[in-house]
Amino acid sequence: MAERVFDIRKQTGFTTIAFACFAMLYMPIILLVVYSFNAGTSIAIWEGFSWRWYASAWENEQVQEATLRSLVVALWASGISTTVAVLAALATTRTRRFRGQTAVFALINQPLMVPEIVTAVALLIFFAMIKVATGYTGLAYLILAHSAFCIPFAYLPIRARLQGMDLSLEQAAADLYATPFQVFRRVTLPQLWPGILAGAMLAFVISLDDVVITEFVKSAGQDTLPTYMLGQLRRVVTPEINAISTALLGISITMVIAYTLLSKFRK
Amino acid sequence: MTNAISARALRKVYPGNPPVEALGGVEIDIADNEFFTLLGPSGCGKTTILRLIAGFEHPTSGTLEMFGQSLLDLPPYKRQINTVFQSYALFPHMTVAENIGFGLEMLGRPKTEISQTVGEMMELVQMSHLADRQTGQISGGQQQRVALARALAPKPRVLLLDEPLSALDFKLRKNMQLELKRLQTETGITFIFVTHDQEEALTMSDRIAVMSDGAIRQIGSPREIYDHPADRFVADFIGDTNFLSADVVENRDGAATLRLGSGRTIAARAAQGVNGRVTIAVRPEHARLGTPAEGLLAGVLSDAVYFGTDTHFHVTLEDGTTFVLRQQNSPDSTAGFATGDPVGVCFPAEVAQVLRD
Ligand SMILES: Nc1ncnc2c1ncn2[C@@H]1O[C@H](COP(=O)(O)OP(=O)(O)OP(=O)(O)O)[C@@H](O)[C@H]1O
Ligand SMILES: [Mg+2]
Repeated sequence: MAERVFDIRKQTGFTTIAFACFAMLYMPIILLVVYSFNAGTSIAIWEGFSWRWYASAWENEQVQEATLRSLVVALWASGISTTVAVLAALATTRTRRFRGQTAVFALINQPLMVPEIVTAVALLIFFAMIKVATGYTGLAYLILAHSAFCIPFAYLPIRARLQGMDLSLEQAAADLYATPFQVFRRVTLPQLWPGILAGAMLAFVISLDDVVITEFVKSAGQDTLPTYMLGQLRRVVTPEINAISTALLGISITMVIAYTLLSKFRK
Repeated sequence: MTNAISARALRKVYPGNPPVEALGGVEIDIADNEFFTLLGPSGCGKTTILRLIAGFEHPTSGTLEMFGQSLLDLPPYKRQINTVFQSYALFPHMTVAENIGFGLEMLGRPKTEISQTVGEMMELVQMSHLADRQTGQISGGQQQRVALARALAPKPRVLLLDEPLSALDFKLRKNMQLELKRLQTETGITFIFVTHDQEEALTMSDRIAVMSDGAIRQIGSPREIYDHPADRFVADFIGDTNFLSADVVENRDGAATLRLGSGRTIAARAAQGVNGRVTIAVRPEHARLGTPAEGLLAGVLSDAVYFGTDTHFHVTLEDGTTFVLRQQNSPDSTAGFATGDPVGVCFPAEVAQVLRD
């Protein structure tokens, strides 16, 4: 390969800065993981290796319940937000340019820009009104709230995929007597799957991880895993928290690996 | 008989800043069963015409008919027209056979008919052995043949081909030219073929439309276009040409007498009312070298370039311009002139074309 004219790695100090950044990013996480195996009850004093906190978390009924709730909410939220995101992405890439298209783009991505705490407070007040009016206090509020803020995360990869697609394929299908719906089902959708999958997984992880909005929106006894952990931190802190965090980390990493493998397999 | 395709005052302006006028009022009539070629330099609007006929773009104004029926409100999937795309546009998630069968499948034909037609088509383009390959795993030439088979399989009434041979190497290209011509004759489908290769246009077409800047400059058979170019652009774009200026001495209803730069006069055909200074075109192979006395033009032989089958002679005329002649070589002949010799350029008066400006 030809010598690069500009190779940032040759700048003095670059490697040091890079290592410092990585250390800042990953040292705390590594420590967290290490102490999840601590045999003692402290999260800072190492007393030998043990699985006891994993066992304890596994048997903790509150953790079980919160985990299940988190998964249910995340599944619904990623499903709903991905469906909406596909439709939104089609509407912003497969129609003739319309007035205010940029404004629509901004509106779809609004949850990325509005401070989360503002959305959370707004939802709290809004849902409180509905709760009073209807008397319903189920999980639907959480699912709806999560679906809403997950939309941009699902939307962006799907839109990127749609924009990168060769339009002449869709024209070729129409040329070969495919109706607009057939074009979508036979040509657009099969090529869109990697984007949809990426969007759904991203939405899933984002939902799984949310604290602020959940904390404001949840009704009594509707803790998700992150809000349960936050609650725990206010009391006695044991390495059980580390164990739960490590498990969550494991789920995220698995998703990323699964997605990478899937997209490679598709090619 | 109604025309396969007929366009009147067809205009297309692409919106933008500034808007681009890709076609400025085109008139075409393409007969049924015709091999019709759109020929012109890059950006002259060839693809735009095809996209309008296929239905991917709407004309800004004008009418467009297929067998007497207006196409204007018909979406692409309702037009019995198929396209071989400039980029092939094969479906990457389908096999060769699935690609070829796609049109028939969308038309809702029974499975047995589809697989039979697909089989025939693959045989026709010699792709049977690769039926189950993904289209990403075949060569450019093979992709091109699949694209052709895919467009032919539903037996459209009109086939649009956008520079389908441009990605092929010379030999495959020559083969495919003959193949396409044969296919068109056999199937009786009207072919509208786009190319910017003039030789390809001349060898394959029944008729050619020469385009430039969104307008059609001339429509005619290859012979008409080559032997009787209507204007300077056509004469220049198709083949090599010598341009000479001449003065009209007399023009009696198109039978004109012209005085060449050398002072000699010739009889030629010109449009009625053409007078004054005109440009005439003479093909290099229509002229031969002679002595200064017998030539219509006189000059000095400045160069002789040997090309195997023929030799190109460059003659510097008295007014300083260069006239190129092409003469076929025979084994034992020499032209009999050496560079630097005074020579004459001879051509029969009827090969001189008076051009419209
Ligand atoms: N979608 C578009 N938007 C704006 N201008 C366009 C568009 N498509 C084509 N044009 C312009 O219209 C003119 C004609 O384009 P067209 O593609 O028909 O040319 P062409 O004769 O097919 O050229 P080529 O031989 O390079 O394929 C060009 O000036 C081109 O820049
Ligand atoms: Mg083109």
